[in-house]
Amino acid sequence: MDLNTLWFILIAVLYIGFFVLEGFDFGVGMLLPFLSRHADAEKQDRLRRTIINTIGPHWDANEVWLLTAGGATFAAFPHWYATLFSGFYLALFLLLAALIVRGVAFEFRSKDENPKWRKLWDGCIFVGSAIPALLLGVAFANLVRGVPIDSKMHYVGTFFDLLNPYSIVAGLATLLTFALYGAIFLALKTKGEVMERAKEAARRLWMPTFGVTLLLLIMTYFYTDILARLGVNPGFIPIGGAVAFLLSYYFIRRGHMGWAFILVAIAIAFALLSEFMILFPRVMVSSLNPEWSLTIYNASSSPYTLRVMTIVAVIFVPIVLAYQGWSYWVFRKRISGAPEELTY
Amino acid sequence: MDPIPFARAQFAITTVYHFFFVPLTLGLSVMVALMETIYVRTGRLIYKEMAKFWGKLLVINFAMGVVTGIVQEFQFGMNWSEYSRFVGDIFGAPLAIEALLAFFLESTFLGIWIFGWDRLSKGLHALAMWMVAIGSNVSALWILVANSFMQQPVGYTIRNGRAEMTDFFALVLNPNVQVQFPHTVLAGFTTAAFFVMGVSAYHLLRKQHVEFFRRSFQMGAIIGAFAIVLVGLSGHSQAQEMVRSQPMKMAAAEALWYTENPASFSILTIGDLAQRRDVFSIRIPRLLSLLAYNQLSGEVKGIHDLQAEYVQKYGEGNYIPPVAVTYWTFRIMVGSGILLGLLGLYAVFVVMGDVYDTRRFVWRLFPYAIALPYIANTSGWLMTELGRVPWVVYGVMKIDEAISPTVSGGMVLFTFLAFTLLYAALMGATIYLLRKYALAGPPIAQDGEQGAESSLAVVPQPAQD
Repeated sequence: MDLNTLWFILIAVLYIGFFVLEGFDFGVGMLLPFLSRHADAEKQDRLRRTIINTIGPHWDANEVWLLTAGGATFAAFPHWYATLFSGFYLALFLLLAALIVRGVAFEFRSKDENPKWRKLWDGCIFVGSAIPALLLGVAFANLVRGVPIDSKMHYVGTFFDLLNPYSIVAGLATLLTFALYGAIFLALKTKGEVMERAKEAARRLWMPTFGVTLLLLIMTYFYTDILARLGVNPGFIPIGGAVAFLLSYYFIRRGHMGWAFILVAIAIAFALLSEFMILFPRVMVSSLNPEWSLTIYNASSSPYTLRVMTIVAVIFVPIVLAYQGWSYWVFRKRISGAPEELTY
Repeated sequence: MDPIPFARAQFAITTVYHFFFVPLTLGLSVMVALMETIYVRTGRLIYKEMAKFWGKLLVINFAMGVVTGIVQEFQFGMNWSEYSRFVGDIFGAPLAIEALLAFFLESTFLGIWIFGWDRLSKGLHALAMWMVAIGSNVSALWILVANSFMQQPVGYTIRNGRAEMTDFFALVLNPNVQVQFPHTVLAGFTTAAFFVMGVSAYHLLRKQHVEFFRRSFQMGAIIGAFAIVLVGLSGHSQAQEMVRSQPMKMAAAEALWYTENPASFSILTIGDLAQRRDVFSIRIPRLLSLLAYNQLSGEVKGIHDLQAEYVQKYGEGNYIPPVAVTYWTFRIMVGSGILLGLLGLYAVFVVMGDVYDTRRFVWRLFPYAIALPYIANTSGWLMTELGRVPWVVYGVMKIDEAISPTVSGGMVLFTFLAFTLLYAALMGATIYLLRKYALAGPPIAQDGEQGAESSLAVVPQPAQD
């Protein structure tokens, strides 16, 4: 395997890590207003704080997976980085603005008693979670569907070229999947009323998520070149993802949220893995001319840089995985919502 | 509409905002880690309360550092795609390494620190803050490795129409990194130390939580006094490096129109920028040579001579950075630094003499002096970056070649305005919270002269609000 392929795999792993980790905390952020309804002001605030505190120790480190994916793309495939981010300009701007207000909101919302202050930041958490959840689906659908890229690797479309039926369905699919995933996470991490509400939400969200995802799968056959060519045959992986998702329904109904969580995580990871395998060795498909697609070869850094980055990654990725895993172990207990437990 | 002015303004504003929060994190994380370590080693509860109080301010500040940093990771691709293509082989590497080595470390362990007071052993909890401190300072190293390549490109060759890395260690050991990294980190320590001293002096002036803030001030004074001296010394080496590697920046920073040997140092110059000559100037003979070479003579090149030289070397064009801004930001930075040095000296005097109850004028300045490091940090970066104009990578690539060709002026203008307004609003919220928590003081009873610890023991912890 050459280093270009290795870096393609590494970046795929970073994005998969990002979806699997930040996916549920986007979901938690989106569910914030819904799971705290029908309660008086005081109780509502307690429910919301309980919800936010489940992801309190983790959301920032989860988000670093995206930053690292961005940095790794820059280092290993500068042309991919340049074309993608200058091309998806306004979409990326929206994503960044959402992540900015969301991050500050987590930290700030409970640091002042004023209900208006808290309401404002709660709104930021919701919007800041929903917009990225939607845009990530839109962006990844466009990578594989193809966007207008000319012979000089320049994106020559507009913002509205990114919004097409396929990418919008994909955006809804990630939005709903993350909401479902977040509900399952909350059911796992809380006790009492929040847990009950989260379980109910998971039960209600599963069917629409299934419907939209199925639609996305069907559309994938029509909107991408998957039938004409496959980068690497993903084999059983998409099927495995689908099976995992279907099985999750059984466990959600039975209230076995641990298994449901693992299965939805597998479904998300396998879906993204399938996309990367279909894409390979391309990184961005040109809808104007297949020859103009960006690939792991024409978009890459020099062999020397790839070698340096490989050494760095081999040493540090396991270390990062170890301490981040440990942080989940430290905060493995459920949160009841008692005031002394709430930090945010 | 030409996107270049907006793209430049956007980079300037997002970076200035970002670096408004970063220096405090660099220093305060270390100070909080020290406080907590003292608590772990001695068991004195007052140091735990100090770690909690200053840690809370750190966390508020940290959040803004993080979110303003997100944009930094992506805006090279957004607005400067040709730059990204041309130098990505080199420039992307430190950015990716920064994310992998530093961002993960600081974010994971800050989460552990904030939420882990009751879940970890005391030692492990203090260690978490050390990891945050290491992470943020390692982050500074890698972003400065990236920036130094723009100031002083090394370890590369031009191949296949772009700059390619040939020597990773040359990149990391760039002479510019060796002077810029200590200068930046020490500026961060200075910022944090004066922040702590300023807030402490505010409370000491009101005789609130005297023991708590006396100890805080003490730590701030010790760190601040060392840091500000070292900032000066590292700044001095940085200026010497600049004379060698970016003489035009030095000439602009000194408004030195013509080459001099020995070179004089400008105390105050009012220049005619159109004619590029002095109207009025007070200069100290030989001082610039002394600063540049540590000896009383030596040639320092002037703007006009360098311009002629660069035209020879790089072809027709204007190679002169905006002289007035470079000149004045340099002076504002150094002037703030000198004031900080004097205040640092006074702080040492207060600590040595144990005269925290003084009502002197200077003592009352400390809360206001919190602003000085911010002024110095910002003007220092403006000088560094604007002094590099017209180059985006010194001597290799010009700014107008670096812009994204497919992004319209209107789009850049839109994101520029949006980021500016968004950041301004968030900055307002941050300052509101920092002020609120800093002025509220620690959530413990007023301590008597002897009873800091015992009073802590009987006061129940108020619930978090």
